Amino acid sequence: MTPLLSVRALTKRYGPHIGCADVSFDLWPGEVMGIVGESGSGKSTLLNCMAGHLVCDSGQVIFDTRADGPTDTLTMSEPARRMLSRTDWAFVHQHARDGLRMGVSAGGNVGERLMAVGARNYGDIRDTAIDWLGRVEISETRIDDRPTTFSGGMQQRLQIARNLVTGPRLVFMDEPTGGLDVSVQARLLDLLRGLVRDMGLSAIIVTHDLAVVRLLADRLMVMKDGHVVEAGLTDQVLDDPQHAYTQLLVSSVLQV
Amino acid sequence: MYVAVKGGERAIDNAHAWLAEERRGDTGVAELTVPQIREQLGLAVNRVMAEGSLFDPDLAALAIKQARGDLIEAIFLIRAYRTTLPRFGSSLPIETAHMACDRRISATFKDLPGGQVLGPTFDYTHRLLDFKLAAEGQVPPAPVAEAPAGDVPHVTSFLNREGLIEEAVPEDRIPPDLTREPMELPADRALRLQSLTRGDEGFVLGMAYSTQRGYARNHAFVGELRIGAVAVEMEIPELGFAIEIGEVIVTECETVNQFKGSKTEPPQFTRGYGLVFGQTERKAISMALVDRALRWKELGEDDEGAPAQDEAFVLYHCDNIQATGFLEHIKLPHYVDFQSELELVRKLRREAGAAFAAMQEAAE
Amino acid sequence: MQEYNFAYLDEQTKRMIRRAILKGLAIPGYQVPFASREMPMPYGWGTGGVQVSAAVLTPDDTMKVIDQGADDTTNAVSIRKFFERTAGVATTTVTGEATVIQTRHRIPEEPLKEGQILVYQVPIPEPMRFLEPRETETRKMHALEEYGLMHVKLYEDISRHGHIATAYAYPVKVEGRYVMDPSPIPKFDNPKLEMAAIQLFGAGREQRIYALPPHTKAVSLDFEDHPFEASKADHPCGLCGAQDSYLDEVIVDDEGGRLFVCSDTDYCTHRQEAAR
Repeated sequence: MTPLLSVRALTKRYGPHIGCADVSFDLWPGEVMGIVGESGSGKSTLLNCMAGHLVCDSGQVIFDTRADGPTDTLTMSEPARRMLSRTDWAFVHQHARDGLRMGVSAGGNVGERLMAVGARNYGDIRDTAIDWLGRVEISETRIDDRPTTFSGGMQQRLQIARNLVTGPRLVFMDEPTGGLDVSVQARLLDLLRGLVRDMGLSAIIVTHDLAVVRLLADRLMVMKDGHVVEAGLTDQVLDDPQHAYTQLLVSSVLQV
Repeated sequence: MYVAVKGGERAIDNAHAWLAEERRGDTGVAELTVPQIREQLGLAVNRVMAEGSLFDPDLAALAIKQARGDLIEAIFLIRAYRTTLPRFGSSLPIETAHMACDRRISATFKDLPGGQVLGPTFDYTHRLLDFKLAAEGQVPPAPVAEAPAGDVPHVTSFLNREGLIEEAVPEDRIPPDLTREPMELPADRALRLQSLTRGDEGFVLGMAYSTQRGYARNHAFVGELRIGAVAVEMEIPELGFAIEIGEVIVTECETVNQFKGSKTEPPQFTRGYGLVFGQTERKAISMALVDRALRWKELGEDDEGAPAQDEAFVLYHCDNIQATGFLEHIKLPHYVDFQSELELVRKLRREAGAAFAAMQEAAE
Repeated sequence: MQEYNFAYLDEQTKRMIRRAILKGLAIPGYQVPFASREMPMPYGWGTGGVQVSAAVLTPDDTMKVIDQGADDTTNAVSIRKFFERTAGVATTTVTGEATVIQTRHRIPEEPLKEGQILVYQVPIPEPMRFLEPRETETRKMHALEEYGLMHVKLYEDISRHGHIATAYAYPVKVEGRYVMDPSPIPKFDNPKLEMAAIQLFGAGREQRIYALPPHTKAVSLDFEDHPFEASKADHPCGLCGAQDSYLDEVIVDDEGGRLFVCSDTDYCTHRQEAAR
């Protein structure tokens, strides 16, 4: 089997400061990888480099494309990369505002990716939008409302629907539950777990919340000062941490 | 029976005749001469030259007369004339270091080589209407001082010697000419400065003011403001050397702005630059502040989302000839577009009405 | 002062504009940047169209100028006089006799023929400008053919109004590639964009020229289940009785009495003469 994503020696510096250094791993189809660490550990930098939002200094991000098989996305042409990011890739931002068009209705937000890849039947687009709003537990009656009238949790669910509507093969998530109330977080996590299971999604989730990875991630990478200090199966890492930093992280935060 | 309106041609001719009459005003009052405007409304002439991008006080004065004192209209006349002039070549960069300064002040040093020269400024006048001017009167001659010998050095060169201010590295490249090439973004600094120097004084002032009030604040000091005549030199290929082809009066403003520095670079002051035709210091200072705000990217500063940092916003909207034309074009007939909207709104209202009626029926 | 060159612009400027026009014709629908000159009429009043006309005019041409479909609206008169004075070309109001037609907001009713050039005055050439204000971004969207946002706008219209609520300046996709603003013509005129004449679009203030070569495909954006409709007022012309022409609405009395008349005055006049 070919890995869906192979990251090789990815490095990004901010002047003399290390963003992330020499990160390598494989992500297999259907697998969810969690990346944990404190703020400033380099996990968001890593995610943004992989997704092409940040230009990294060196390394490879090889994605198993449908057409040409494994291809380094960092050296891909911009049209090809942008096409990838609106079809096979999805990116869920921590702040729903960054990932939604706030001036466009919920239906338009969900429909945009469909229209971007050529959907031209209004009725079909709308039906798909209704279906997806249902899947993320947003009432059909809100389809013509703008996200500005939604609660934080609803906005985040809408962002997820907007991202998943084209059936992406890889989803990047940046602190998807950050900034939400605890009760709202629980509902969102539950929903995400259902979607990941039902759709067989491959995902990379960056979070500082170990509860999130415990629930969603098959494997885990722990980052500190831009370096991966420990990696392994989620339960293994959380229940039997080897690295001193991971032990500290687990003992201080983990209460699942 | 209805007959379609005609007669646009006659209406236009009549309007022009009336306009000419209004321009002249009461014939019992002596007519203004172009030299009078040039000599006595000099700052208006300067603004028209600056924003018209043509240094010619006589033509600017004529334009002001023809435009009935509407300066934007006068600038427009100058621009439309200028664009028809053949372009023979480009001059050498003017050397403001060799300027014969009428005015030269620095807000950063109390005294300095070359001294502080106030020159003909409104700065310390009391803004009281001078009713004596309502009557004609002779002006007593102003005292005359010896012109200082030699060049007046630039203030920033003192800071430069200590490495306290960023180096302004000279470029050999001939900058693009905004009047001959389309503006393309992102624009480099040379293009931005060209755009700003012919930009609307009010717009550039407003943008500069917004930076002072916290929208991309850049802590500007007027390092130096100098106004005076500089020689324009041009290399003549047949001669093989440069000769002086004339003289222009310009206002130059260099601001000294704060800069935090980074881990690799020690703190250093940065520069904003304004250069405008004529005595136009409000504009030159404004230009320097806006120039500095637009440099955020090359200086590695944050995008605060402030209007003055937004190159497309500033450069696409500072030209008053473009702005006034587009603004005023909404006076032109739009009945075709309006008609199509009218039909659409009627249709939507009809359908909404029918839907509402059906709803009521269902409710009954 | 010197006399002006033929058709006002100097030959160097005309060459620059012609290069932009040729590039535009080679890449239909693509907006070619050009160094627009200040013209002796305000920006927004047809400077782009005037520059394009000046660049294509030859002394043998016959020119027609219309604004809102009419030859005698003030701005049409003003532009026609400009070319009479600076180029000394023959002018006409008869669509079929003209070799160069400069227009604002309309396509003549009479089908144009091979050998004719229709020059449009364009206020905002960028069809996505009101969705995305940044020029750097819209150029990228065109380059990468990212037009999803365009359809989001149409989707929003239908979800709110039940119809696509764009009545003029209705965007078209040219030869399956570039999305183009046909200038603020009513959408009634959109089907006429596929024609035998050359169509040139000039935006002076925005410094862009674009073009449609003869018989270029220009498809109005729509949805399969909400197809594009070229609509007009549902009346015959009150003067010539035409059923197929675009109509202006005229208020004829204080009670708000209305009359619908052809916006194309040449078309209307000919029909009236023929009936007489």
